[in-house]
Formats: sequence, structure tokens, C-alpha cells
Amino acid sequence: MAMLKAPLTPFDHRMGDDDAPVVLVEYGDYQCPFCAAAQPVVRELMRNFGRDLALTFRHFPLSEVHPQAEVAAEAAEFAGAHGAFWGMHEALFANQFRLSLPVIFALAGSLNLSQAALRDALTARTYADKVRTDFIGGVRSGVNGTPCFFINGLRHDGAHTFSALAMAISAARPVTAPEQLNHDRARP
Amino acid sequence: MAQILPTGQTAPEFELRVTPDQTLSLKEMRGRRVVLTFYPADWSPVCGDQMALYNQILPEFRSRGAELLGISVDGVWCHAAFAQHRNLHFALLSDFEPKGAVARAYGAYRDGEGVAERALFVLDEKGTIAWSYCSPIAVNPGADGILDALDRMIAKEPGNGDAQSAAHAV
Repeated sequence: MAMLKAPLTPFDHRMGDDDAPVVLVEYGDYQCPFCAAAQPVVRELMRNFGRDLALTFRHFPLSEVHPQAEVAAEAAEFAGAHGAFWGMHEALFANQFRLSLPVIFALAGSLNLSQAALRDALTARTYADKVRTDFIGGVRSGVNGTPCFFINGLRHDGAHTFSALAMAISAARPVTAPEQLNHDRARP
Repeated sequence: MAQILPTGQTAPEFELRVTPDQTLSLKEMRGRRVVLTFYPADWSPVCGDQMALYNQILPEFRSRGAELLGISVDGVWCHAAFAQHRNLHFALLSDFEPKGAVARAYGAYRDGEGVAERALFVLDEKGTIAWSYCSPIAVNPGADGILDALDRMIAKEPGNGDAQSAAHAV
């Protein structure tokens, strides 16, 4: 069983409760059709598990087969540095079918991000190291294609359907919710 | 699953076509580390594709002194089209005639299907197998095992070995 070897860090993009008992780590590529197809599933999982589930997204661009994947990942990091990672993340996947440099700049504009600053960041490759760090961490953890999910550090080798992922997340969730534990402890 | 050649064995020699008019032999690689990756067939789906993944990781292999070679029973023209389509920057060897002979020599041939296993071999500078792994045919084995094997070889290099034991002694 492949384990996540790159631990979660404060540099990761994280959505959901800080104390969520289950963390879903997704390695993905903005030009991968299977990743785009998995996005509604991930959203549904987040809705369904609420405070029990947090999501972290890491980049795994296969730029040799997906020519826009690297620049899209760097643009998402740029957005992240300006507090708009998840907005850009969703917009990139939603526009995957027509992803291009002009579209990425238009998305930045629609998120009220400076297009001039984005151009500078892409030219200077400001976020290339972050994207590469994500990628290498994925490789060392046994990511073998995208999307690749880890549930509390364990690679999910099953299907990327809601039912398969929900079952694995439920299995990883502690039997007693943390609130319940605190409540029990508070009792005399 | 076939019994592939294990660690410590000498990697069988071969000379295979790499383009319609060029061949490549294992002898030519002596003095360098080699990652030999047998796979069933060109043209598997893009995103889960093992060769596309290794292509992307090529700088990591090369920075560890290793050359990557892909081997399948596909013909040279098929390899040429596949490599061009996927933008591959490493050699694909054609184990085509006699079909699968090299895969057989490594214990990595599937008789029923007539294709190579999804088998990985990491060879040292002398052509000895330092690590091998046979993946279930439908599962892309990723690259973590290869990089771990190459890192162990680097750790055993004279200078690094000393540094490591010194670090352990502290």
C-alpha cells in the first residue's frame, strides 16, 4: 500500500475544518480530463462529510502530454498567494476544455487578480519550485497517474466515484467524533 | 505473474532496434546506471500512462546517473509514432523479432497474451540487477520504487557511505 511520504505543510492549500479527522489529499493536473471529472465528486464529498473532511490539493502536471498544465498550476499558485487559490482551481477545471494562456489571464481578471502581476510571476517562474515540490512529493509517494487520492496518508487505489471514495473516507473516520469525545470527557 | 530476474543477477545482454535504422545494446550502457522498464504495449490511456509519467520524471533519473529505456514487443514504427505523440525523450526498444526474446530472458514475458510484463529493473554500472519489481499488469507501478533503488545506490557510493555511517554514529 502506497503511503503519502510528503507530509502536509502550511504551504499546502487546504479547504475545510482545521481539526477534521480525515484529510483527503488530491494530486491533480488541470488539463487531465479524469481530474476534471473528479471535481464534482470531491465537492459532493466535502458537502457530505462536512466538518469531518478536509481537502488538500497538490499539483501533478504531466506537462509533456498536457502543454497548459504547468502554466495552469503556476497560475493557481499565483492566485493562492493572493488568497484566491480555490477560486482559480475551480475556474481552471471548469474551463479545461478551452484552457489556453489567454483564458488563464481572463480567469485571473474575473477573480480580480492583477493580470500584470500574473504575467510577471509566470515569466519569472515564481511558483515553479512550489509546483515541482508538489510533483516530486507525489512521485516519491507513489502517485502513478492523475487524479491520485490519499485518505489520511493512504493511497486510494479504488475507483474515483463518490461511493468508492465515501466508503474509504468513512472507514478512515474515527468511530467517535471528536466533539462527542470532548462531551464525554466533560461529564462528571 | 512471471518470475522475473531478482536482485544480484547479471542483466542478460541484448541488442534491439531503437529506430528503423539504429540498434542499442546493453553493453553500450556499461558504466552508467540503467532503468529498464518492460511494458505490455504502446498506446495505453494518456493520464494513467506509465511512459508519460517516466518521461516527466526523466530529470530525476538522470540526476541520479541513470538512463531510462522502455521495452515492449511493439515494432519500431509503432514506437516512433508513440514517442512522437507523447513527446517522449528516452529510447523505446523494440523486442519484436524474435518476438519477446529479451522479455523472456528477464522472466518478464506473458506467454498467453504475447506481451511483456509491467516489470522494472534497475541495473548498476556493471550491469548487475540492483532492484527489480513486477507490477500487476493493469497497475502503473509509479516511480517511487525506482527512485528509492537509485538513492540506495547513491548512498552506497564510497564517499556517501562514509558520510552516512558517520551520521548514524552521531
